Amino acid sequence: MSSFLEVRGLVVRYGGIEAVKGIDLDIHRGELVTLIGANGAGKTSTLNALAGLLKPAEGQIRFEGELLTSTPIHQLIQRGLALVPEGRGVFPRLTVEENLSMGAYTRKDKAGIRTDLDQIFHSFPRLFERKHQKAGTLSGGEQQMLAIGRALMGKPKLLLLDEPSMGLAPLMVQTIFSVIRRVASEGMTVFLVEQNARLALQAAQRAYVMEGGVIRFNASAEECLNDPRVRSAYLGEES
Amino acid sequence: MDIFLQQVINGLVQGSLYALVALGYTMVYGIIELVNFAHGEVVMVGALVGLSVIERMAARGDTGWGVIAIGVLVAIPSCMALGLGIERIAYRPLRKAPRLAPLISAIGVSIALQQLAALIWGRNYLHYPDVLANPQFHIGGAVITQVQLVILGITGILMLGTWVIVQKTALGRAMRASAQNPSVAGLMGVNVDRIIASTFLMGSGLAAVAGVLVGTYYGVGNHTMGFMLGLKAFTAAVLGGIGSLWGAMLGGLLLGVIENLGAGYLSSLTNGAIGSNYSDVLAFLMLIGVLIFRPSGLMGERGSEKV
Ligand SMILES: Nc1ncnc2c1ncn2[C@@H]1O[C@H](COP(=O)(O)OP(=O)(O)OP(=O)(O)O)[C@@H](O)[C@H]1O
Ligand SMILES: [Mg+2]
Repeated sequence: MSSFLEVRGLVVRYGGIEAVKGIDLDIHRGELVTLIGANGAGKTSTLNALAGLLKPAEGQIRFEGELLTSTPIHQLIQRGLALVPEGRGVFPRLTVEENLSMGAYTRKDKAGIRTDLDQIFHSFPRLFERKHQKAGTLSGGEQQMLAIGRALMGKPKLLLLDEPSMGLAPLMVQTIFSVIRRVASEGMTVFLVEQNARLALQAAQRAYVMEGGVIRFNASAEECLNDPRVRSAYLGEES
Repeated sequence: MDIFLQQVINGLVQGSLYALVALGYTMVYGIIELVNFAHGEVVMVGALVGLSVIERMAARGDTGWGVIAIGVLVAIPSCMALGLGIERIAYRPLRKAPRLAPLISAIGVSIALQQLAALIWGRNYLHYPDVLANPQFHIGGAVITQVQLVILGITGILMLGTWVIVQKTALGRAMRASAQNPSVAGLMGVNVDRIIASTFLMGSGLAAVAGVLVGTYYGVGNHTMGFMLGLKAFTAAVLGGIGSLWGAMLGGLLLGVIENLGAGYLSSLTNGAIGSNYSDVLAFLMLIGVLIFRPSGLMGERGSEKV
């Protein structure tokens, strides 16, 4: 059976630097899978290649059985892929509401968009209070909520998240993760890149561990939490 | 006669034409940070295409605003096609090149268009035929003509329309998003190339209207008319804060008024030592002054919306 997202031999290069060195990934429909690894492991490069932000040097990406490698970036959202980029990437001089509308840019169902907008304002009351405010004036946590909300407005089948906890206060991290959990429990497939390995492993069903541009191993999240290598390298424990 | 009021009226009319052209500079700059130096030539082509149409109709004995309107309606698609072509051929292939490259390309396009226009329309000044009665109205101690009123009205509507498109429509939202973060806009499903093209399309349409109005107002046109006009409009855009819509409008009006007041008073204030033809110098001096004290222009960056 071919998986929902199937990556084979993915290579990403920046000039002479090989950041991702031929990795394989398989994500099944409805799963919450995480990719953990240290700084510079190649996590963002992997995710950006999946989302079309950069062109893989080699390898194949199949989504629902179809090859994505040559699909222009602006058509990926219609295929069902949405990325919450590293550093959030909100449009700073658009209002909160305008940012959310941008998430639904390719959708035509006005009524559905309205419902989803209400839904997001319901999940993130802070965004509702600030809907006419420029996104650039929001706090980091609020911008992260906005970036996630904006991605959800596109009704993706696969949500790609790049370090949603980065730089956020613990309470905000809890809020963000409870939303990720809920979205996943409602049936959306989620691929979550995180440096905060403990949180990610607690939320996910399966994990890939990346080091120096290669996948070291992949296992169920539970196995990873108990694996001595993961515990010492990523969970800050003595082995 | 009230010279002050008269020069303000003349200045607002001239300035509204600058503003219309400045919008094209500022919108393109806002989205791809390119100074489209060929924009003045698009205005020139609009004026000369309009002139050809109006001449032909005038020769048949047609008169009135309908003739001008048809000139505008032919000029708009001509300039839009030209603007799209320029973007496609001269700028898009250089989108990832160092910033100097598209600038040089722009200057090249500008020269090429001038020479092409010289081949089509010749090198002499061409006269816009007199198809309008152009009655005058008195306000205060000054005179305003019907042509001036129409110019103020049309530019006002077009500026408002541009603002509505940029601020209130999905297209405008996509333009602003693409300006702020093109790759994330792409993630949202925006075809950024198409959005850039629509920016050129809008700017060129406005340039076409500006061209025919300039021709109608001043009565003449030739292949070099886009140069000074473009330079002034660019000055207006920088003055207002390049990238800002309101800045372009404000900068245009301000430049027009100051130039005309300069033309009205320079000579009498200096006992004729400095003639009214120095008003251009005044415009550029003002630009330098503003840039020294407010490098981002009057409405630049902060406080207003970049396209
Ligand atoms: N635009 C770029 N140009 C050159 N090298 C790059 C570029 N982006 C990333 N790299 C390099 O590629 C490698 C992988 O980077 P990447 O951002 O994918 O790692 P990461 O796992 O996401 O790290 P982090 O946890 O810090 O976000 C690093 O060595 C980095 O220096
Ligand atoms: Mg990263």
